[in-house]
Amino acid sequence: MTTPGAGARSGGPGLKPKLAVWKFASCDGCQLSLLDLEDDLLALAGAVELAEFREATSGSVEGPYDLSLVEGSITTAHDAERIRDVRRASKALVTIGACATAGGVQALRNFADVDEFVAAVYASPEYISTLATSTAIATHVAVDFELHGCPVNKRQLLEVVTAFLHGREPQVPSTSVCTECKRRGLVCVSVAHGTPCLGPVTHAGCGALCPAYNRGCYGCFGPMETPNTASLVPLLRRQGLDERGVERVFRTFNANAEPFREAAARG
Amino acid sequence: MGERRTIRTDYLARVEGEGAMTVRLRDGRVEHVELEIFEPPRFFEALLRGRSFREAPDITARICGICPVAYQTSAFNALESLCGVEIPEPIRMLRRLLYCGEWIESHALHVYMLHAPDFLGYAGAVELARDAPAAVERGLALKKTGNEVMALVGGREIHPINVRVGGFYRAPTARELRTLVDPLERAREAALETVRWVAGFEFPERAIECELVALSQPGEYAIERGRIVSDRGLDIVPAEYDEHFVEEHVERSTALHSRLRDRGTYLCGPLARFSLNHDRLSPLALDAAHEAGLGEECRDAFRSIVVRGVELVYACDEALRLVHDYEQPDAPFVDVEPVAGTGFGVSEAPRGLLYHRYRIDESGTILDAKIVPPTAQNQRAIEDDLRAVVGRYAQLDDEGLRALCEQAIRNYDPCISCATHFLDLTVERR
Repeated sequence: MTTPGAGARSGGPGLKPKLAVWKFASCDGCQLSLLDLEDDLLALAGAVELAEFREATSGSVEGPYDLSLVEGSITTAHDAERIRDVRRASKALVTIGACATAGGVQALRNFADVDEFVAAVYASPEYISTLATSTAIATHVAVDFELHGCPVNKRQLLEVVTAFLHGREPQVPSTSVCTECKRRGLVCVSVAHGTPCLGPVTHAGCGALCPAYNRGCYGCFGPMETPNTASLVPLLRRQGLDERGVERVFRTFNANAEPFREAAARG
Repeated sequence: MGERRTIRTDYLARVEGEGAMTVRLRDGRVEHVELEIFEPPRFFEALLRGRSFREAPDITARICGICPVAYQTSAFNALESLCGVEIPEPIRMLRRLLYCGEWIESHALHVYMLHAPDFLGYAGAVELARDAPAAVERGLALKKTGNEVMALVGGREIHPINVRVGGFYRAPTARELRTLVDPLERAREAALETVRWVAGFEFPERAIECELVALSQPGEYAIERGRIVSDRGLDIVPAEYDEHFVEEHVERSTALHSRLRDRGTYLCGPLARFSLNHDRLSPLALDAAHEAGLGEECRDAFRSIVVRGVELVYACDEALRLVHDYEQPDAPFVDVEPVAGTGFGVSEAPRGLLYHRYRIDESGTILDAKIVPPTAQNQRAIEDDLRAVVGRYAQLDDEGLRALCEQAIRNYDPCISCATHFLDLTVERR
């Protein structure tokens, strides 16, 4: 993560900053989070120039863009080129969601044979062109901020956009889900119920949603900063997950994030 | 030498996902129509293999951020029917309520933000809001209510976390659900306003001729369960799907196209649902349909926006009924033990029929999976429709024809992210 520095606002007085939203391999859920800001959407749209946002408008304004929000992972040679064009045209680039930040669920191919995957789904594999891996945007270009989540939290998304447009640091904690869980005063599902929970190693942001619904965290916000997965794995094992079970819980929507890769391999 | 025209849109806006369109004309006659889906494949059916059957709802939700509940529902329907579990009525009602939330959110998004701008000549809803702020705010309020239902019942609006094979992790209390009554009553009024608003739009002509396919369930407008029926006599259980429907892989697409075996192109989604099941709408929704000029069936592709409005009224009405009748179940879920075999599940995603099939072993590990999303099923119908629209309106200039073609595509609310296993609009005139 880097500081947004002097801010993304540009142009002369009276000019609105240009916001662009880009899609790569993804489910559209993270950009939908922008449209899900129902109460703030028109205010946000009034504060910026929506230069590029295909899901919302057929209007399009050429770059350079003050802020680009990027959804999705890189899975084709064409997209690997396209993200470089986006980077060149953007003063600040922020990834939104697990696909753009860690490769997404489609990165499960990274642990398998992609040709076999193509053959399993498509009758005519020769029509399909794809890379063997699904990779995060930061693997390809410099990224100014990564917003976690599958999907992102829309309040955090608004905070990040606001922060970048004002040239300040986004207030997005990089602690664990546990800290949010404690603050909400929830009963610890791991300690009290013996439910396997990735809360101790998972990036905050959801507001401890799963524990609030009597469910163990399943890691959809990806790894926190410096997670101690080495000490969590034995606990998960004691709570009844076998080696395959541990591999499965770390290999979901952020499987290609380094700490989760290692933990899955450790089993 | 004949006059040749090519009209193309490289990257369609206001649809979910990445697609393009090409139309070629020669002497005013349509030579070629093509929807290209260049959304990169994500291989869900392949990556599900080796996963636990209990993970299928969470994993398949990620196919689509706009209709995750549809994926979760078809997944647990398939797996629960295989494992022989009966779901208690209060849990089923809660699932239907969650699904109503998704219909409200998705239809409001499509009607107001993706489709209405076509009828009114705007690039998008933000641009429309400058001239018609009250309408766009009404749409956003409707959408917000759908999201509130999903957030309360499902934990969050995108990729709900409270859904599991067997039921829910936590069942809300009746008191919690009652907080939805006021917003849903306001949403129902907004939905009625929506139907009146869109019924006043100008509609280009286009009648669909193909077979219509939807779920059917006695006594209710089918959403989360039912038999698969058509207007031409098809009436099957989900397990018979593969005997009647086939998927084909065509070169220009990362989506697979579906057709009915020996019968060809068919259409699923709001027009099919309304035409087959309108008599099971609530009296309020049916009255709204009649006031808007809809009859016993609707084959008018451009009036799909009116049908979505009617379904918005229904979804709000039905959600209110479910909230009123809700009694918190004794347990939020029933235990499901895996049974080796093949399970089949369907439900009515906002865009139409969504089919899932899973084969699992005795430990519950998924051996193979098949998922057929509504947009893949509708792609042939969409292309036929484009061909007819271009033929009928060939006198328009290139810009006008392209706009009309894009509008025609949006009649189907295509979800390309889903269909990958869908689109680029070019019109070429020769």
